[in-house]
Amino acid sequence: MAQDANTGLTSEERRERRMILILLAPAVTVVGLLLIGPLLWMCWQSFQGPDGFTLVHYQRFLTDTVYLSSFVQTFRIAFLVTIAALLLGYPLAYVAAKSQGIWPPIILGMVLLPFWTSVLVRAYAWLILLQRRGLVNTVLVESGVIDKPLILVNNEFGTVMATLHILLPFMVLPLYATMKKIPAELEMAGASLGGGGWLVFRSVFLPLSLPGVIAGSVLVFVLTLGFYITPELLGGGRTFLVSMLVSRNIELYNEWGAASSISMVLLLLVFLIFRLASTLIPFERIMGTR
Amino acid sequence: MTSMPKIATVSGLALCLGVGWLNAAEITFVSQGGAYQEAQTKAILDPVTEKTGIVIKQDTSPDAWPVIRTQTATGKPIWDVIDTPTKDCLRGGEQGMIEKLDLAAMPSVAAMPAELRNDYSVAYEFYSSVLAYSTDAYGENGPQSWADFWDVEKFPGTRALRNHPLATLEAALMADGVAPADIYPMDVDRAFKKLEEIKPHITVWWTSGAQSAQLLADGEADMVMAWNGRVSAVMAEGAPVGFTYNQGILQYTSLCVLKGAPNLETAMKFIDAAMSPEIQANFPEYIDYGPGNPAAYDTGKISAERAAQMPNSPENAAKQVLNSAAWWSSPEGEKAQERWAAFVQQ
Repeated sequence: MAQDANTGLTSEERRERRMILILLAPAVTVVGLLLIGPLLWMCWQSFQGPDGFTLVHYQRFLTDTVYLSSFVQTFRIAFLVTIAALLLGYPLAYVAAKSQGIWPPIILGMVLLPFWTSVLVRAYAWLILLQRRGLVNTVLVESGVIDKPLILVNNEFGTVMATLHILLPFMVLPLYATMKKIPAELEMAGASLGGGGWLVFRSVFLPLSLPGVIAGSVLVFVLTLGFYITPELLGGGRTFLVSMLVSRNIELYNEWGAASSISMVLLLLVFLIFRLASTLIPFERIMGTR
Repeated sequence: MTSMPKIATVSGLALCLGVGWLNAAEITFVSQGGAYQEAQTKAILDPVTEKTGIVIKQDTSPDAWPVIRTQTATGKPIWDVIDTPTKDCLRGGEQGMIEKLDLAAMPSVAAMPAELRNDYSVAYEFYSSVLAYSTDAYGENGPQSWADFWDVEKFPGTRALRNHPLATLEAALMADGVAPADIYPMDVDRAFKKLEEIKPHITVWWTSGAQSAQLLADGEADMVMAWNGRVSAVMAEGAPVGFTYNQGILQYTSLCVLKGAPNLETAMKFIDAAMSPEIQANFPEYIDYGPGNPAAYDTGKISAERAAQMPNSPENAAKQVLNSAAWWSSPEGEKAQERWAAFVQQ
């Protein structure tokens, strides 16, 4: 075996590295052309005005009150959706991970089923269920539970509801994957040491499932930040999220730079969230590679 | 003049091969799609082709404004004629994205009332933002004015307005007692103050025409400001809905030509033919939107019953306010649009 004096690699190892590079080349090219390239262009545009370099698009963050309130509302909705997804998703994933036989595929299948329906169809379905003369209000009014229809849609509630429905799988699947890997012996060991069900869950199972909790929460939170159609259809004009701010800016200021600057700020905030999440738990574990 | 060589070639060929080749002139026409564009194809585009021989390629863009900007920025647009909200033709013209109309070559446009055209565009088709209501909720004594829309004591019920200041500010001013003739220039502060009053009673700020129709059809809102064509479509399906043209805000889309359009001369010829009263009079046959050229009502092609349903028949137009595209494309108009999102969001 010939040993390279400089790198300390055998020729076989070098061949393998070349092979890896060749195999990676198509993917790297696609990512570079379709992701990195446009991102850099967007960043450049956000500093461009009619007369060249400008900071005017970023100055609007300070002068236009709509910017701040859009970001605040977007993050509030993302937070609500994440909490709700966690509260619903955790018990669901737990049952799926603990059950035997045909139950896990049935439960996970039910979670995934809505995935095959278009986001638009699901938004309209929620509209039909939740509107003033919709199914929910009709049943509640006619059974005498309430006198007047509740306002369940065309507001933040409707938006959170439909977004939650769409994103729940993104919470359940990482949770299920993490819980499935927790060895049952650990809980048995806890129980044999005299721990009750709740104590064992709290001090053994829950901490070990935290990577899944964080992975699911980050996914759901970040995806909600970019939602457009659902809040547009179900928000009744009251949910004015960052995505809508982007389209409003193209309409209003007639410059791609105005929209690009918002996207850049949102992107930076998302990076920041990932950075914070990775201080809690290593990035590889969030993405489930190891 | 990028189109010169092409015109020269076309004329050269025409000399060689006879006049038949001149008829092969073509343009790309862009409108907003859907049932509206289909109706135009039958009412306007096909008859124009028949009359002039101009071959019309179609494209669709629900919001053409950003595309106009992108296409003209390259200096080589692919579209020729667009049917788009008048204010886009106007601000586009001011920003060098739209050609001036060659009125000398357009007798049918030159004959139109001056208020329906400007340097860059001509009124093509009329629609109206009207007050529509549920007949289930109000019977035959529905609201008849914007003052009624604002009167939550006399007309209790849920309401919906468009999530856009255009026409909404005008309605607010009329509700506050401003006479239709005195609307422009608008007192924006006064309009927003009046809107604050009705805001708690607005269930939905709608964003698309389809949404406004659905709000009426499902009974989600008892009173909606909506476009007349959407309302009449819901009524035709049998929904318990009525509307009034009284105090409607009469709006129109216009035809204009992109700067440096590939078929500039043909585009001007097309507009002249499309605006002729005889062809314009076809509009009511296919859709509930009115002809841009009012002379169409004098051709005898539009029956009195049909005219009564049209947003801009002389009788209906007299009850309404003609929206001022010039005001909306002015700096005050743009400021009002900037202010809108902050108002709705609070």
